[in-house]
Amino acid sequence: MPLSLKLASRNLFHDRLRFIATLVGIVFSVVLVMVQMGLYAGFGRMVTLMIDHATADLWIVSRGTNSMEDISQFDKNARDKVLAIDGVAEAIPLVIGFSDWHLPAGGERTAVFIVGSNPKDRGLQPWNIVEGTLDDLSSPNAVAVDRSYYERLGVTGIGSSAEINRQKVRVAAITDGIRSFTTMPYVFTEIDRARSYLDLPPTKISQLLVQIKPGADINRIRQDIQSNVTGVEVLTSNEFRDRSRSFWLFQTGAGAALWAGALLGVIVGTAILAQTLYSNTKEHLPEFAALRAIGCSNRYIFRVIRYQALLNAVLGFCIAAVIGAGVVHFTAKSALPIVITPVQVLVLFVLILLMCTVSAIVAIARVTRIDPVMVLTR
Amino acid sequence: MTEPILEAKNLTKTFGRGHVQVRAVDSASLSLAGGKLTLLMGPSGSGKTTLLSILGCMLTPSKGTLRVCGVSAEKAGREKLAEIRRTHIGFIFQSYHLFPTLTAAENIQLALDIRGENGREAEARSRKLLEKVGLARRAGAFPRELSGGEQQRVAIARAIVANPSVILADEPTAALDANNGRAVMSILSGLAKEHDSAVLVVSHDSRAVPFADRIIYIEDGTLMDEDPAERTRPARKNRQKN
Repeated sequence: MPLSLKLASRNLFHDRLRFIATLVGIVFSVVLVMVQMGLYAGFGRMVTLMIDHATADLWIVSRGTNSMEDISQFDKNARDKVLAIDGVAEAIPLVIGFSDWHLPAGGERTAVFIVGSNPKDRGLQPWNIVEGTLDDLSSPNAVAVDRSYYERLGVTGIGSSAEINRQKVRVAAITDGIRSFTTMPYVFTEIDRARSYLDLPPTKISQLLVQIKPGADINRIRQDIQSNVTGVEVLTSNEFRDRSRSFWLFQTGAGAALWAGALLGVIVGTAILAQTLYSNTKEHLPEFAALRAIGCSNRYIFRVIRYQALLNAVLGFCIAAVIGAGVVHFTAKSALPIVITPVQVLVLFVLILLMCTVSAIVAIARVTRIDPVMVLTR
Repeated sequence: MTEPILEAKNLTKTFGRGHVQVRAVDSASLSLAGGKLTLLMGPSGSGKTTLLSILGCMLTPSKGTLRVCGVSAEKAGREKLAEIRRTHIGFIFQSYHLFPTLTAAENIQLALDIRGENGREAEARSRKLLEKVGLARRAGAFPRELSGGEQQRVAIARAIVANPSVILADEPTAALDANNGRAVMSILSGLAKEHDSAVLVVSHDSRAVPFADRIIYIEDGTLMDEDPAERTRPARKNRQKN
């Protein structure tokens, strides 16, 4: 181990209480940033959950649609126009909207988000079905709900019944892990039934999921749809994802709040680190001055301080990473899971290195001003 | 005549301005030759520390010139001055100034590490020097585990590990008892002879006198030389006893 690194580590570990306090501060700051980033990523993933599980090359939505949850509609005859375009293999209609779920036996109402599509189509169907089958949704009054909402919906499993828009519904399939970021449970059903639950006329649809034939030119098809169907926008899945994320994360202010929290974590962490490095350097000022007096270059002393910052960063990061893994594990099944990807971990590590570099500047600035003469006067 | 290792001409250092100006060192000229231990003595506030700071290339004089091993310290920046110190000068301080988090051996190695010398060779050299100052068995001890005399001996080893031509010691015996003070002065005197180094010791301590080849007095910033032959005989006898 280089002597400068040994000196840095001994200086750090010398005052254990201060070192522990520093680590706690760093870990708190990193965990805060990690959680905020994880919430951001988790939220970003949840808002595109439906788009991610749909099979579509292109999405046709009403002009000005902000997100998947935008309930504006257009005429279903658009589908015929789209199918007439060369290269289009399928155009699957989707009906979505908000309604009320009445708990059985005159219980309370709960807002739900209806997703209606033809069970035979491969557009957007419930996934992770753990009880019942997709075909069961073809039976009268059949709906699929997620088991995480049992209590909320007042159901106990397959066969449970309730009412939506004064119409009887029967739970025919159960999914696992399809949670909504709006806190309103998703209810999957057949498309015509969805219209009746939402009081929509039979001529209306919410979205069209376009699948194109292999080798077809997606840009040309997109232009053709745009010029043949009025009042709609044609988006690729990625564009629709970006638009949904942008709407929920930025236009609603939710993302900004998460970023503000992360920024706060960075500021707090940097301040703690800077304060510790500064006081540690100040405590060893006579020794650093003695080093300067015996001819040590400033660069050598900076290296010692940088090592101290780096050690703080690496140790703080490792502890925070373990806590972060626990947080990810415990929130995995929650309404808003914290998602931490390898890229985020890397970003976080770079961020903490940056924090440490910035915080070392204060200590380095102090050392730069050391007058070696002080060793003769003390 | 041998070329002086350190040569200062007309060094003047003033602090403050106008009517509050203080002349801490006044036209001091001094040459230090190899193989000699020079003692710089004077009352408190006489300018000893200021002169030592200038001779040690830590403080820039207001006037005058300084050459260390032929290298001029004139107009040198902070890093250049540090380089002169690193290359030619070894320092011993009154309060030792050892790193409390490093062992005795590591404190000596640190002086080599800042010069880019490290590894096993540096380790071996530091242990050899500890042996020389009689602390071979204390290599792994931290400064808090060493007595004042032992700490000062580690500081001496640190100062000489890079074989400097000039050794500057600031009150090296001030914090030590009589025996340790004599031991430290004996080591410094031996270093001047063995390594042909120019050793300058700043001291109030009359116990240091017998070890000096030359004594310089400073008062109100002005130097006054004294021929060692004029010193009292009992002092010389004391040194011989030791």
